[in-house]
Amino acid sequence: MTPFIRIQNISKKFGKLLAVDDVSFNLERGELFSLLGPSGCGKTTLLRMLAGFEKPSEGYIEIDGQDMANVDPADRPVNIMFQSYALFPHMSVSNNIAYGLKRASLPSDEIKARVEELLRLVHLSGMGARKPSTLSGGQRQRVALARALARRPKLLLLDEPLAALDKKLRSETQFELVNIQEQLGTTFIVVTHDQEEAMTLSTRIGVMDNGKLVQTGTPNEIYEKPETRFVADFVGDISFLEATVIQRAGKYWLMKAATLIHATGSSTLTSGMKVSLAIRPEKITLTSQPTGQLNEFPVEIEDWAFYGAGTQYKVIGPDGIKLKVYQSHNQPSQANPRQLETGFVHFSPDATFILEG
Amino acid sequence: MRSTVPLLVKLLAIAGFGILYIPVMMMMIYSFNRGKLVSVWAGFSTKWYKELWYDDVLLTALYKSLLIGFSSATISTIFGLLIAIAFVRFAHFRGRLFLSLVASAPLVMPEAVTGLSMLLLFIAMEASFGWPSGRGVDTIMIAHATFGMCFAAVVIQTRLRDMDKSLEEAARDLGGRQPFVFLSIILPLILPSIIAAWLLSFTLSFDDLVIASFVSGPGSSTLPIVIFSKIRLGVSPEINAIATLMILTISALVMIGSFLVLRRDGKK
Amino acid sequence: MHSFLQKFGRLLVIWLPLGWLGIFFMLPLVEMVNVSLSEARRAVPPYNPAFQIGKDGISFQPAVDNYLLIYEYWEDYLWPAVNSVRLAFFSTLYCLLFAYPMAWWIARSNKSLQHILLVLILMPFWTSSLLRMYALIGLLNPNGVINDFLIWAGITVTPIQMMQTDFSIYSGMILTYLPLMILPLYASLVRLDNSVLEAAADLGAKNWDIFRTIILPLSMPGVIAGCLLVFIPAVGEFVIPALLGGPEQLMLGKVIWTEFFRNRDWPVAAAIAIILIAIIILPIVYARYQDKESIS
Repeated sequence: MTPFIRIQNISKKFGKLLAVDDVSFNLERGELFSLLGPSGCGKTTLLRMLAGFEKPSEGYIEIDGQDMANVDPADRPVNIMFQSYALFPHMSVSNNIAYGLKRASLPSDEIKARVEELLRLVHLSGMGARKPSTLSGGQRQRVALARALARRPKLLLLDEPLAALDKKLRSETQFELVNIQEQLGTTFIVVTHDQEEAMTLSTRIGVMDNGKLVQTGTPNEIYEKPETRFVADFVGDISFLEATVIQRAGKYWLMKAATLIHATGSSTLTSGMKVSLAIRPEKITLTSQPTGQLNEFPVEIEDWAFYGAGTQYKVIGPDGIKLKVYQSHNQPSQANPRQLETGFVHFSPDATFILEG
Repeated sequence: MRSTVPLLVKLLAIAGFGILYIPVMMMMIYSFNRGKLVSVWAGFSTKWYKELWYDDVLLTALYKSLLIGFSSATISTIFGLLIAIAFVRFAHFRGRLFLSLVASAPLVMPEAVTGLSMLLLFIAMEASFGWPSGRGVDTIMIAHATFGMCFAAVVIQTRLRDMDKSLEEAARDLGGRQPFVFLSIILPLILPSIIAAWLLSFTLSFDDLVIASFVSGPGSSTLPIVIFSKIRLGVSPEINAIATLMILTISALVMIGSFLVLRRDGKK
Repeated sequence: MHSFLQKFGRLLVIWLPLGWLGIFFMLPLVEMVNVSLSEARRAVPPYNPAFQIGKDGISFQPAVDNYLLIYEYWEDYLWPAVNSVRLAFFSTLYCLLFAYPMAWWIARSNKSLQHILLVLILMPFWTSSLLRMYALIGLLNPNGVINDFLIWAGITVTPIQMMQTDFSIYSGMILTYLPLMILPLYASLVRLDNSVLEAAADLGAKNWDIFRTIILPLSMPGVIAGCLLVFIPAVGEFVIPALLGGPEQLMLGKVIWTEFFRNRDWPVAAAIAIILIAIIILPIVYARYQDKESIS
C-alpha cells in the first residue's frame, strides 16, 4: 500500500546553500507529525515546499497518490497556518475564514454554514464580525487555524503554531490543537523548535539538523533512544561521559570513565573502544549518604536551581566529570540544597545509552 | 514568491521610468548639438555651454538664485527645526492648532495663490509703513523661506519622532541638562534630516518660478524667471545647456542627500 | 533662573515660527480676501482697499463686485475651473496607472535594488519642473524628437499635433507628479506582509484575486494619499498649462497669472485665488472625513 504522504529525496538549494538535504519520510493518514530542529535547520523550507511556495531542487512530493511537482499552491489539497498567522487585517473574522471557500465558488449559504461550524470548532462563535486587530493573541491563532481548515485540506501545515503565545496559553492550546486534530482526522505537520511542544503534540517526530532529517520516531523513541549525539542533546537535557569499554559484565558492559560504570550496550562493542555514554538528569539519584547501589560515586555540588516541581543540580564527580542531576520533589521539598555541598549519585545501568562519536 | 512580479507590471513600470527620464535625457543629448535647430543633429559641440559663460543676464540671475536659495534655505531649516521641536516635544501649548494649520497649509497651497497673496501683503505693508520698499531679492527670500520652512519641518519632524525617546531620557538621567542634552545627543542624531531639509528648501527655492515671479521686482529676476521668458520664445540649444547643468547639479545634491538618508535607514 | 531660561526657550521655539507664518502666510491670505472684496481702479495700487485704517478711522466697505463679475462672465472663468478639475482628475488617474506597477515593483525588489530605484524616483522630483517641462516640449513639438522619429519611420507624413492638447498636459503632469504618487503607494505596499499574500495563494486565490481582495484594499490608504498629493497641486498648476497647454487647456492657476500680470485686475485675481482655494479644500476635507470614518 502506498503511504498517504510520500516525501522522497527532497533537496532545496538557495544559491550555494543547501537548505534541505535529501530528506525522505512517509506519513499515514491522520498522523500528527512534528518537524523539530533549531532555527535555520531547514524545517520551514521543507514546509514551504510542501505548501508549494518553494520548488524543490530535487526530489518528489506525493499527497494521496498525486504528484505535487507542478501543482500551484492555490490548487494543492494542502493549507498552511503561518507563524505570524497572516490574517487579512481588513477583513472580519468570518470573511477571513470564508476566504478560501469563496475562492472555491461555493454557494453563499453553504459558506455561511461552514464558517459557523468552524467558529464553533475553535470556540469563537459570535466573534465572526470582529476585526482581527480587536482579538487577543490566542483568538487570532484560532482564527488562523479555522481559516486553514476551512477548505478541508488533506494535509495541514502549521509553522510554529504556538510560538507567539505566552507560556500558560501555550500549554492549554496544545491540548486544544490535538483535540481538534483528533476530531477531524486531518493529517498535520507541525514545524517547531520547541522540543516540549513537539513531544506533547505529535504522534511522531522528525528531528532535523543542518538540512538533514537525522531521526524519526515516536516522542518516546526520540527521547529514550536518540540515535545521534545531536538528537540526544537537542531533545531534553543530557550529560555525556567519555568512557572506555573494559569488558562484558553479565548483561551489561563494564566501562571506565574516571570511575567504573556499568552500562547497557550492543554486542558490537569490543574492549578498549572509546564511547560516549549518555544519561538523562532525571535518571540519576542524588543522596547525602552512600546507598551501596551499582554505579555510585561521590560528587561535589557545584550549582543548583529550584524549579518548583524539582531541583536541577550540577555536580562534579571524580576526575572532574560533570553531570546534570534532576530530583523531583515527591514530598514537600524541605532540605535547603544550599546545605548540601557533597553527596553521592547513583543510576541504573539500564538508564544509560551509548552514542557514537 | 518575492520575485514573481507579473510581466505586465514590469512593462508598465519600465514605461513609467521612461516617462521620467527620456525627455531629460534627450534634452541633455541635444545640448551638445552644434546646430541651432534643436531636433536636427549637426554634430557634437560644447559651444552652447561656452556661450552661457558670456550671458550676463543668465549669470546675474544665477547669482541671485543662489543667494536667495542659500539664505532662504538657512532660514527655512532653522524655523523648520523649531516647528518640528514644538510639535514633537511639546504635547500641549497654546496655539498648537493654529501652528499646525499655518505650517501645513503652505504645503497644499497653489503657488500662484501663495505668490499673489504675498505680493498683496508686501504692497499693503509698503503703503502702511514703508517696508519693504519695492520688491527684490529680500521679498523673494522671505517668500521662499516661508513655504520652505513648512517642508523642512515635515522632514525634521519625521526623524525627530522616530528617535528613541529613551536615549534623551538616558542622557538626562546621567545628569545632562536640557540644552546640553539637545546639543550633544539630539542634534547629532537628527543631523542627516537637517541636511536633507536644507537641501529640500534650497532646491524648492532654486526651482521656484511662480512665487518668485509675483514677489520679484525689476532687476531681481531669478534664474527660473529668466529661463521661463527664454522658453516662451521657443526651444533653443542654449537653454538645453543651462537646463542640463542645473539638473546635473541638483541630481548630484540629491544623490548626496539620499545617500545620507539611506545610510541612516541602513543603520537602523 | 534655569527654569526661567527653559520657559523662555520654549516660548521662543513656539512663537518664532508661529509669528513668521502668521505674518507671512496667514496675513497675506487675509489681505487677499480684503483685495478680493475691493473695487478695482486705475491707479497704483490698482484697487481701493475694502478695509482701511486712515485719517477717518477704520472703515470697511466690502464690494462683492469682483465675485459678481466672475459670475457675470462665468463662461470665461467656469471653463478654466472645469478644466482645472478635469485635467487634474485625469492626470491623477494616469499617474496612478503608472505609479502602481512601479511602486509594486520597487516594493517587491530586494533591498539594494530598492534603494537604487527609490533614488531614481526621487531625482526627477527634486529637479525643476520648469526644466522638465521644457525638455518635454523638445520631445512633443511639431519639429520635436518624436515627430522627427515618426516621419523618419514613415508612420506619418505631416507632424502630429501633440503640443497644446490634453495629451501634452497629461504628459507634463505625469512627468511632474509621478514621484508624488509612487512614494505613498510604495510606503503602503512595502509594509504588506509577504505571508499574507502567501496565505491568500494557499487558500486558492490566483494572481488577479490576490490583487483584488488583498493587495488593493490594503494599499488603499496609499492610493488615497497619493491621489491627494497629485490632485491638489495639479489643480493649481501654472507652469504646465502655460508651457504645454493651448487655449483649450486654460487652468485657474494661469488665469490668476493672466488677470494679475496682463489685465492688472488684482481684485479679480484675488477672487479667483479664493475660488481655487475652495476647490482644493474639498478633497482634503473629504479625506479627513474618510480618515475619521475608518478609525471609528
